[in-house]
Amino acid sequence: MFGFYIVLAIFLVLAILLLIFRVSRLISIVKGSDEKSITGSNEVNAILMVVFMVLFFGLMAWYSYAYFDSYDPPVASDHGVLTDKLFWRTMWITGIVFIITHILLFVFAYKYRYRENHRAEFYPHNNKLELLWTGVPAIVLTWLVISGFAAWSDITSKAPEDAEQIEITGQQFAWLIRYGGMDNEVGAYDYRLIDATNQLGVDFTDKNNFDDFENISIVLPKGRPVLLKIRAKDVLHSVYMPHMRLKMDAVPGMPTQFWFVPNKTTEEMRIEENNPEFNFELACAEICGTSHFAMRKVVTVLEPEEYDKWKAEQKSWLSKNPDYMSQVPENLRELAVVTAGINESN
Amino acid sequence: MATATNIDAHAHDDHDHEHHETFITKYIFSIDHKTIAKQFLITGILWAIIGAGFSAIFRLQLGFPEADLSWLRPLLGKWIQPEGSLDPQFYLALVTMHGTIMVFFVLTAGLSGTFSNFLIPLQIGARDMASGFMNMLSYWFFFLSSVIMFISLFLETGPASGGWVVYPPLSALPQAMDGSGLGMTLWLVAIVFFIVSSLLGGINYITTIINLRTKGMTFSRLPLTIWSFFLTAVIGVLSFPVLFAAALLLVMDRSFGTSFYLSEIYIGGEALPNVGGSPILYQHLFWFLGHPEVYIVLLPALGITSEIIATNSRKPIFGYKAMIISMLGITVLSFVVWAHHMFVSGLSPFLGSIFMFLTLIIAIPSAVKVFNYLTTLWRGNIIFTPAMMFSIGLVSVFISGGITGIFLGNSAIDIQLHDTYFVVAHFHLVMGAASSFGLLAGVYHWFPKMFGRMLDRKLGYIHFWLTFIGIYAVFFPMHYIGIAGFPRRYYSFTNFDAFSGFTDLNAFISVAAILTFFGQFIFLFNFFYSIFRGKKAPLNPWKSNTLEWTTPRVPGHGNWPGEIPTVYRWPYDYSKPGAPEDFILQTVPFSETMDSNLPHENDMIAIEKEESASEIVIDGSKGH
Repeated sequence: MFGFYIVLAIFLVLAILLLIFRVSRLISIVKGSDEKSITGSNEVNAILMVVFMVLFFGLMAWYSYAYFDSYDPPVASDHGVLTDKLFWRTMWITGIVFIITHILLFVFAYKYRYRENHRAEFYPHNNKLELLWTGVPAIVLTWLVISGFAAWSDITSKAPEDAEQIEITGQQFAWLIRYGGMDNEVGAYDYRLIDATNQLGVDFTDKNNFDDFENISIVLPKGRPVLLKIRAKDVLHSVYMPHMRLKMDAVPGMPTQFWFVPNKTTEEMRIEENNPEFNFELACAEICGTSHFAMRKVVTVLEPEEYDKWKAEQKSWLSKNPDYMSQVPENLRELAVVTAGINESN
Repeated sequence: MATATNIDAHAHDDHDHEHHETFITKYIFSIDHKTIAKQFLITGILWAIIGAGFSAIFRLQLGFPEADLSWLRPLLGKWIQPEGSLDPQFYLALVTMHGTIMVFFVLTAGLSGTFSNFLIPLQIGARDMASGFMNMLSYWFFFLSSVIMFISLFLETGPASGGWVVYPPLSALPQAMDGSGLGMTLWLVAIVFFIVSSLLGGINYITTIINLRTKGMTFSRLPLTIWSFFLTAVIGVLSFPVLFAAALLLVMDRSFGTSFYLSEIYIGGEALPNVGGSPILYQHLFWFLGHPEVYIVLLPALGITSEIIATNSRKPIFGYKAMIISMLGITVLSFVVWAHHMFVSGLSPFLGSIFMFLTLIIAIPSAVKVFNYLTTLWRGNIIFTPAMMFSIGLVSVFISGGITGIFLGNSAIDIQLHDTYFVVAHFHLVMGAASSFGLLAGVYHWFPKMFGRMLDRKLGYIHFWLTFIGIYAVFFPMHYIGIAGFPRRYYSFTNFDAFSGFTDLNAFISVAAILTFFGQFIFLFNFFYSIFRGKKAPLNPWKSNTLEWTTPRVPGHGNWPGEIPTVYRWPYDYSKPGAPEDFILQTVPFSETMDSNLPHENDMIAIEKEESASEIVIDGSKGH
C-alpha cells in the first residue's frame, strides 16, 4: 500500500509540473516573450555564470583548506616524500591555470553578454597570441616532465643489492607473503607445484628456498631498502600501500617488482596521527573479482633492530612443513636440514 | 564512381518519390542520413538512461552502504541480497556495464553516430552519405550489438563484470567470477558487432567528406564540426581494428584453449595448462584503441562546441587554423600515448618515461584549444542559448578534467593516483562530462534542423544549470577522495582504516548523482514533447553561417529541393565590419559583400566569376 502512495505522489508531482510547464508556455506565447528571443533570460544566465564561479571557487577553497588533513594522507616512504612534492608542485601550477582560465571563461561570458545594437569584434586570428600559448605551456610542461622523469628514474632504478627481499603474491582474495630468510634470497617457484599446503608453489630443488619463511602480515624495517617481488597466481591484482605511495600490478606469469625505503615506523605513525590503532595497510588496486574490496593486509614497520630480532625468530616454512623434505633432491637434503633449521627446536 | 552516380540519380528524383516510401524504408531500414542520425540519437538516449541509471544504483551502494535496498528487488531480483544489500558481484557488473555503455554506446555511437551522420552531408553540401546502404548497415550492426549487450544484462550469471577494460585473465576465466562466463561472451560478441558498425560508419564519413563536398567547399572552408568528425573517423578506422584483434584473441583464449593472454595460472584448485601468454599484451592492444577512444568521444564534442561558441558569440572562431592544427596534433598524438594507462602494470620503466613525455605533449594542443575558445568569447556578443551554455560548460569541465591529466600523465605522480578516485574524477570530467555536454549542446543546437521544431528554452536553462552544478557536485569531490588514496571499483571501504573516512562526502556525491540523473528527465521530456508539440522552427534560428541552415525547415530526401548551393567563403564570417547583418552565409559570394570584404577577399571575386562561367560546362559533362 505504501508503494502505491509513493507512485501516486510521484504521478501527482509530475502532473503538476506538466501543468506549470503548459501554463508558463501559454503565458509566454500570449505575452510574445518567445519572439523577442534574447533579453531577460540572457541577463539572468550571464549573472548566474558569475554566481556559479564565485560559489564554485568559494566551496573549493573552503573545503580544500578546512579538510586538508583528511584528504592529504601521511607519507611514510622516502620516494613518497618526493612524489608528494611533485604532486603539490603540479597542483600549484595547474591550480593557477585552473583559476585564471575559469575567471576568464565566466567573466567573459558575463561581460560580453548580448547587448542590443552592439556588434562583436571581428577577430579571427593572431599568430603571436597562438605562439604564446603554445610556447608557454610547452615550457612549463617540459619542466614538469623533466622533474617527473628524474623521480621516476630513481624510483624504478635497480634495487640496492642488500635490499630486504619480500615476495608478495596475489590470489583471489588474499595476499601471501614470503621472506627471503637468512640468505635474503626468495627462492624459485613453479605454479604447477602449488597444492593445498604449498600455496606458493615453492620449488624445493632450489636451495634458496630452504630458509624462506612465510608470514601472515608484512613486516618491514624502517630506513632500509625493501624489494617487493610481486606476482599473482590467478588474475591481475595490484599491490597498493597508500602511505608508502606505492603501487605495482601483480601479473600472473610475469613477476614485477618495486623497491622503496619506509621511513616511519608504525609506532611513530601512531604518535604522529594521534591514533593508537593506526596501521599501515596493503590493498588491492586492480579489479580482481567479487571480493576485490577486501584484500587487506596489515603492514608493520619496525625499527631496524626490532626487525632483525623479529626476522631471526621466524621459522622457515620447510621446518614447519617437514613433509616437503621429500621434494628436496637427495644431494641437497643435508643442506636443507641445516638452513631450514629443522633440528634446532622441534 | 558508381556511388557518385547513384547519389546523382537520387538528386534528380529526390522529392518525387518520397511519398512512395513505405514506413519500413522511411523509418526503419532507411538509407537517409538524417533518419539514421535520429536512429543513432534515440538509441543513444535509451542507452544513456540505462547507463546513467546503473550509476545511480551503484552510487546508492557507495553513498549509503548500510541502506536497505530491498525496495529495488522488483527491479533487480536476486541481485539484492536477502539482507537487503546490493550483491558485490552485481556491483562490479553495474560498474562495468556503466563504463561500457557510456563509452561505446552513448558517447561513441550516440555522439559520432548522430552528428557525423546528420551534419556531414548537410554542412558540406551533399545529398547524402557516400554510401547510404553502408550507413544503414552501420546503424543496424549497432542495433544488433545493442540487443546482444542488452540481453547480457538479464543473464543468470550476470553481465560482464571485470571493469569496462575487461582485462584478462579475470575476463578470460569463467571460474574467476560469474560475470566472466556467458556475460563476457556476449560482451565480446556485442563489441565485435559494435566495431563493425563503427568501421562502416567511419569509412563512410571519411569518404563523404573527401569526395562529396559541394562546389567551393574546400578543406579550408569546412566548419570545425566537419574537421572534427573527419579526424574522429580517421582515429576510429585506425584504432578500432586493434580492439577487434584484442577481442578476437580474448575469444580464442576463452573458448579455444590458446594462451595469448594467459600464463602460469592456478585457479579454482587447479593449475591451467596455459603458458607463455601475457596479460600485458591485452592491455597494450586494448589501450591502443582505448586511448584514441577518448578522443573519438571528445573531438566531435569539441567540434560541435567550436561551431556553437562561434555562432552564439557572434564572432569568428579564434584561430581557425590553429584549431585544425591542434586537432591534427591530437589525432596523431592520440596513437602514441596509450601506455600511460599502464605505468604500474609491470611495463618497462623506460617505456613509461617515453610515454610520460608523449602524454604531456598532448596537453599542448588541448591548451591551445581552450585559449582559443576563451579568445572567441572575448569581445563577443554572447547569446545564451541552451546549446551555448552547454558549450561554455564543456570548456569548463574540459579545463578541470584536462588539468588533472597533467598529474596522471606524470608517471611518478601516477604511482599513487593510479586506479584511485582521482582518475575517476579526471576522466569523468574531461571525457564523460565534456563529451556529454557536447552531445547535449549539439542536440539543443541542431534540434530545429532535425525535427523542424524548437526545444523549449526555459527547460533547457533549467536542465543546463542542474546538470552543470550536478556534474561538479559529483566529480569535483572525487578529487579529494582520490588524493586520499581511495581505490576505484571498491564495493565498500569498511575493510580498510585508510579508506574509512569521507562517508559524508560519498553520501553527498551519491545524492548529487541521483538528482543529476533525474534532472536529465527534464531534457527527455523537452526532447520528446518538442518533437511533436514544439514551436515550429524558423529556417535559421541561430543566425548561423553554415549550409544546413539553407535547407527547408524539414529537409527531405536529398536535403536541398533544387540545386546544391555553392560555397564561397569560410563558415565564420560573424560580425564582419561593414556587413549589414552580423552573419554572412557561406553561400554568399564575395561579389555581393563588397562593403565587408577584406583585401584578399576582393581578389576572390574574379575567381568566383570564372568559376560560375564554367559551371554550366561541368553540369553538362555529367550528361544525364
